Amino acid sequence: MNSTQKILAAMLLGATAATGSAFAAGTHPVTGEALAEHQVFTYRVLDEHSSVDPQIVEDVSGSDVVRDLFEGLMNQDAQGRLVPGTATGYTVSDDKLTYTFSLRDDAKWSNGDPVVAGDFVYAWKRAVSPELASPYSWFMELMSIENAARIIAGDLPVDELGVSAPDDRTLVVSLSQPLPYFPQMVTHATTFPVNPAVVEAHGADWTKPENIVSNGAYVLTEHIPNERSVRERNPMYWDAENVILERTVALVINDENTALTRWLAGELDRTEVPAGQFPRLQKEYPGEAISFPRLCNYYYTFNLSESGPEAFKDVRVRKALALAVDRKIITENILAGGQIEAFTFTPAATADFEVPDVEIASMSQTERDAMAKALLAEAGYSPDNPLKFEMIYNTSESHKRIAVAMSQMWKQKLGVETTLANMEWKTFLEVRANQGFELARGAWCGDYNEASTFLDLLTSPSGYNDGKYSNAMVDELMTMAKVADDTQAIYTKVEQVIAEEVPIIPIYHYAGVYMLDSDVGGWPINNIEQNWYSKDLYKIAE
Amino acid sequence: MTAYIIRRVLVAVPTLVILIVLCFVLMQVAPGGPFTSERPLPPQVLANIEARYGLDQPLWKQMWDYLVGIVTRFDFGPSFAYRDRDVNDIIAQGFPVTLTYGLISFVVATVAGMGIGVVAAIRHNTWLDYIAVGATFSAQALPNFVMAPILVIVFTWQLGWLPGGGWNGGQWQYLVMPVIALSTSYVASITRITRSSMLETLNSSFIRTARAKGLPEHKVIWRHAMKPAMLPVVSYLGPTFVAMITGSVVIDVYFSTGGIGRAYVDSALNRDYAVMLGVTILYGGLTVLFNLLVDVAYAWLDPKIRY
Repeated sequence: MNSTQKILAAMLLGATAATGSAFAAGTHPVTGEALAEHQVFTYRVLDEHSSVDPQIVEDVSGSDVVRDLFEGLMNQDAQGRLVPGTATGYTVSDDKLTYTFSLRDDAKWSNGDPVVAGDFVYAWKRAVSPELASPYSWFMELMSIENAARIIAGDLPVDELGVSAPDDRTLVVSLSQPLPYFPQMVTHATTFPVNPAVVEAHGADWTKPENIVSNGAYVLTEHIPNERSVRERNPMYWDAENVILERTVALVINDENTALTRWLAGELDRTEVPAGQFPRLQKEYPGEAISFPRLCNYYYTFNLSESGPEAFKDVRVRKALALAVDRKIITENILAGGQIEAFTFTPAATADFEVPDVEIASMSQTERDAMAKALLAEAGYSPDNPLKFEMIYNTSESHKRIAVAMSQMWKQKLGVETTLANMEWKTFLEVRANQGFELARGAWCGDYNEASTFLDLLTSPSGYNDGKYSNAMVDELMTMAKVADDTQAIYTKVEQVIAEEVPIIPIYHYAGVYMLDSDVGGWPINNIEQNWYSKDLYKIAE
Repeated sequence: MTAYIIRRVLVAVPTLVILIVLCFVLMQVAPGGPFTSERPLPPQVLANIEARYGLDQPLWKQMWDYLVGIVTRFDFGPSFAYRDRDVNDIIAQGFPVTLTYGLISFVVATVAGMGIGVVAAIRHNTWLDYIAVGATFSAQALPNFVMAPILVIVFTWQLGWLPGGGWNGGQWQYLVMPVIALSTSYVASITRITRSSMLETLNSSFIRTARAKGLPEHKVIWRHAMKPAMLPVVSYLGPTFVAMITGSVVIDVYFSTGGIGRAYVDSALNRDYAVMLGVTILYGGLTVLFNLLVDVAYAWLDPKIRY
């Protein structure tokens, strides 16, 4: 530490001490709950985060940290609704192609510099620059920002990106096509600002605790890879006086059972519940074992490409297999954590989306089994000529249990002979992406809270459509949805086509299943994307 | 002796080069790459990333640049998984952790194992011997991935004596459980080897001679039996030492110590080529070094061995 840094650190400490105790041992300004003296929140993460650089981070645990350290244009509240962040609001042009954000004038970086519109312009250009080669640059393309795609491809210089700062308080974004959910997307880490001077001065090392400068409610004070990272209240944050939690600690604990033991020992405030243990824990720790819907689905995909098996080209076979899976056994007996049986692709909890009625959902399992038997017989399969195929999944205890259950259901009800194959993660991805499979496990978590983040997967041009399902009507409907005002009718139609053609077998929709200490206040259970902010949490006095 | 050591060091160089080449090729053969992910990157983004790390170059060029980097700049390359760290950072952070708990565990395992082994041999067929043999068999049947969670349940949850994991700069409270979990099965092995080797030595004719000339028993054991009895133990300790200081993924996973064992396994799963190579070279170098040390120790212990 040189002398300037020392002075800065001392100032920071002084400022924290001066403002920090404002809430300690007081009461919560809104709920009136008595607050604990030590406002520290400790939670478990499965793995070391990939980065805390907003333009590079690609994992969930890293994004959780970045959301505390940096503040984008807009934030989400406990319900997942948009609330002002660094911007106080935005206006949109009549043709829906230009968004103008007004930035608040009291936003500051943790070193005292004001946050200006140019910082966003710098960050967004950084996100698409081929030089940085961000693994999340595609997100800017997805946002339909003008020229993003061509800049990423190296066909245009970075300066051509459709974002500008006419003055320090105004950010103007030009889109290449209207995008109804664009404002939702600026709550994503990739769009958060960075301090240009700090990035230029330190290069890739700028995110280390000794260098990092951030504009969010917290600053990174400690990071020991594979052990812990610590973030503490940023006194320079524009709304610092309303931030209650002093410190948030993320501990890397791989083994979820060890993490649970450490939660029981009181070392953690939050951890995940291992599959199957929720009912027991709910009984023993009522109110602390919680489950709520997540924006993710779990499915199996048929290989419908040239390399796929002939049998799966027959829709009756696909439908029979989908019908015979008793989802209740999987959600209630195997996972037992409040997961939801799925008969359609998009999770019910998705914003502005209602799960359409599909035939299979309204039948009883007995009816489904009868129909499955009839369909398979019709397709020409019998005990003498059984359907045989291989299903693959990546190595994991719960995937294995689900796959075994499914193959047993098919065996008993339909006489189908399945071979199970588990693969190490990267191998699995490679095989699946190259259609080297017959039936493969899949799962998808929404990139934003809108049905297209799921349904786009089943369009022909999608890079994530590993089963190579292709239906002209689905493609056309999804293109229409991009500019439509009312999308529900379109999504309903798409889901119905999928339910009819069965390119995938939806199994269940995820639930977040946590042990959350009862003294943690403000956890956004209703934020389906689980975009949580430490600044909204607090510890209640026990 | 000096000539022998020089010869061994010279042989080590091609051994390591072969190790690097083999590792490099095997990594490339493994399906998937560092940037294979559930959300496959658009081809252009992937091309940008590969260009950034020189992965678009032919394989021989990549390998050559890598070797040149090591020799000229002592640069073992970047990590693909963590952009703000390179291989040197990852080893510099993880290896001291592993070295610390590994060394302590090694000392504990050696002292306890040899101590119990010698006592069991001297008190052959007494209750002391039976307890030692019984305990070591049980300990060996208890692998560390079973031991670790049990320790956390007992000492962290039930008794509340020790923190359930973490490192905290190597404070002793954080070291106790990793050391117990890592050393237990080694204590058992060393005890068994020491005991049987000591028993064999105590039955040999030169010990009978030493006793016959009236030496007190402790002198017989310390001056005459100890050195020859240690030979098999030492040859076991060499590789064991390397195994212990290069870490245990089980310890790192269950106790979140942040050691190199976990980083190594992660690098393989992430296809983080440079990290994997860097740690392999470290492990390879240490193995070569300690095998050499064991051979030298042999010459000192056994006058019959000459190089």
